[in-house]
Amino acid sequence: MSEGTSDMAGPSPRETAAGTPAWPEWTLVGLAIAALLVAPFLVYPIFLMKMLCFALLACAFNLLLGYTGLLSFGHATFFGGAAYFTAHAVKVWGWPPEAGILLGMAGGALLGLVMGFFAIRRQGIYFAMITLALSQMFFFFCVQAPFTEGEDGIQGVPRGMLFGVLDLNVSLNMYYFVLAVFLIGVFAIWRIVNSPFGMILRSIRENESRAISLGYSVANYKLGAFVMSAALAGLAGSLKAIVFQFATLTDVTWQMSGEVILMTLLGGIGTMVGPIVGASLVVGLENTLATSGFPVTIATGMIFMVCVLVFRRGIVGEVYARLLKRQGKH
Amino acid sequence: MTMIFGIPVQALLGQLLVGLINGSFYAMLSLGLAVIFGLLRVINFAHGAQYMLGAFVGYLLLTYLGIGYWPALILAPLIVGLFGIAVERLALSRLYDTDPLYGLLFTFGLALVLEGIFRYYYGVSGNPYAVPPLLAGGTNLGFMFLPNYRGWVVVASLIVCFGTWALIEKTRLGSYLRAATENPRLVQAFGVNVPLLLTLTYGLGSALAGLAGILAAPVYQVSPLMGSDLIIVVFAVVVIGGMGSILGAIVTGYMLGLAEGLTKVFYPEASNLVVFVIMAIVLLVRPAGLFGRDA
Repeated sequence: MSEGTSDMAGPSPRETAAGTPAWPEWTLVGLAIAALLVAPFLVYPIFLMKMLCFALLACAFNLLLGYTGLLSFGHATFFGGAAYFTAHAVKVWGWPPEAGILLGMAGGALLGLVMGFFAIRRQGIYFAMITLALSQMFFFFCVQAPFTEGEDGIQGVPRGMLFGVLDLNVSLNMYYFVLAVFLIGVFAIWRIVNSPFGMILRSIRENESRAISLGYSVANYKLGAFVMSAALAGLAGSLKAIVFQFATLTDVTWQMSGEVILMTLLGGIGTMVGPIVGASLVVGLENTLATSGFPVTIATGMIFMVCVLVFRRGIVGEVYARLLKRQGKH
Repeated sequence: MTMIFGIPVQALLGQLLVGLINGSFYAMLSLGLAVIFGLLRVINFAHGAQYMLGAFVGYLLLTYLGIGYWPALILAPLIVGLFGIAVERLALSRLYDTDPLYGLLFTFGLALVLEGIFRYYYGVSGNPYAVPPLLAGGTNLGFMFLPNYRGWVVVASLIVCFGTWALIEKTRLGSYLRAATENPRLVQAFGVNVPLLLTLTYGLGSALAGLAGILAAPVYQVSPLMGSDLIIVVFAVVVIGGMGSILGAIVTGYMLGLAEGLTKVFYPEASNLVVFVIMAIVLLVRPAGLFGRDA
């Protein structure tokens, strides 16, 4: 079943083995960060924060799909699970937000360890089905467990004081905190992907049997990647719980896992910026549709089908491919 | 009242019957998944949506055209099967030379669209579909009361499962199918129209889902969400059974339905978790699945 997992990732010419992007890319990254710094003065901050949370989630998911070749259909578990842990710690135990977020992240990692332990026993399509089934199991657990408060969810989570000094109830403080965490998270993923560890992950994606024959304990590497991805997805979920001040069942449903896949697919699997672009577009689209009365699931389903049929490289992957072609001509 | 392990026999048998009914649907659906996967290497995520479509076709035929249960039993699978054929021709056939995961993602999108459409027009609450008069009422078996329709579901699902098994294992068409599963290129070289075979297989798999849907309509309510929750359980069933064998898919389906029914008697809280727990255990002990061939 391991055959053919390689074409799941789009070409990423600039992010080659050396891992250092060319200088125009650094300029673009700088511009993007500058834009994010001034954005809350132009756009509704809550919307931006939602975007950043989902962008981080999609990047974490892409670490697994784009760079290891594993399609997880269960990332809602880490995202929504961590949101519950953080919400519970902050609201019921009175923890400060930073401790709550760390707990959520640790919880996400732990859930990832358990799910990964079972899921890496199979490959390809089975891997996807196992993660989906286990995440559905976690969903049923959340429906019944008392601490999640069932259908209502944990509501009225206080944002609190960050490190005891910064009042997160002030919208701009909250925004810059989310932005900082987002940048740290994405930087961490970039470091992982371009580390020797990340290279081995890519070799597993390209040819698992060869990686095994070269003596790498593929199972451990896969589990490692799974746990890291889960921890970062958990970070995104914890952040979302603090921003929106609630944690509900919506975030642990399989639809949420599907949404993350869509964000990554639309932006470009296996590219650094793709998931961020994809997440922004999907969140933006959902916000637009929410007021129009057109059902969101139909729209997301349509985008899914179109992406898979004609647009497998995603937006950023497609741009990369164009650039590569132009370079080839010169 | 007779008791077994402190549980009234009636309650035990009642839950076992519910389990058997659920198992019938697990078996029919995982069978369809296995048939499609065997030849197309595509996990049909839209299988749950096609099951829902089958039920809705029955419901719409009755509501708008006054066509009853028995004609619908033929028409619903036919319509869903034709729909499947169109999907395969227009879209899936373009994905065969890509990663199998793209097939999963495409059908996932399709499932979302189908579900979304019916949700938009019919809401999330279920619509009741009456049991056909011929099968109304129940029979007293002496030790328990059996609603006739539920008995019919079990019998019908056994016929469907056995029929499909026989079609694939015992007929000439089935032998082409099995050969194409092993080596499509060689079979094509012998002059068999493999693309047509692929199309028909997806149509057959979809029709099976549609048939399960119309059978389910009087038991559960006809609701846009009826398929999506079921399909995830069926995925777990398929992981447990392994998709290597048709018979394996059928047997695993019934077994897990019964296991679920038994759990409902002894530890109700865990009844919707039990299939997943069994999946986890099977993955530890026998990762290829109970009837699986590939490691």
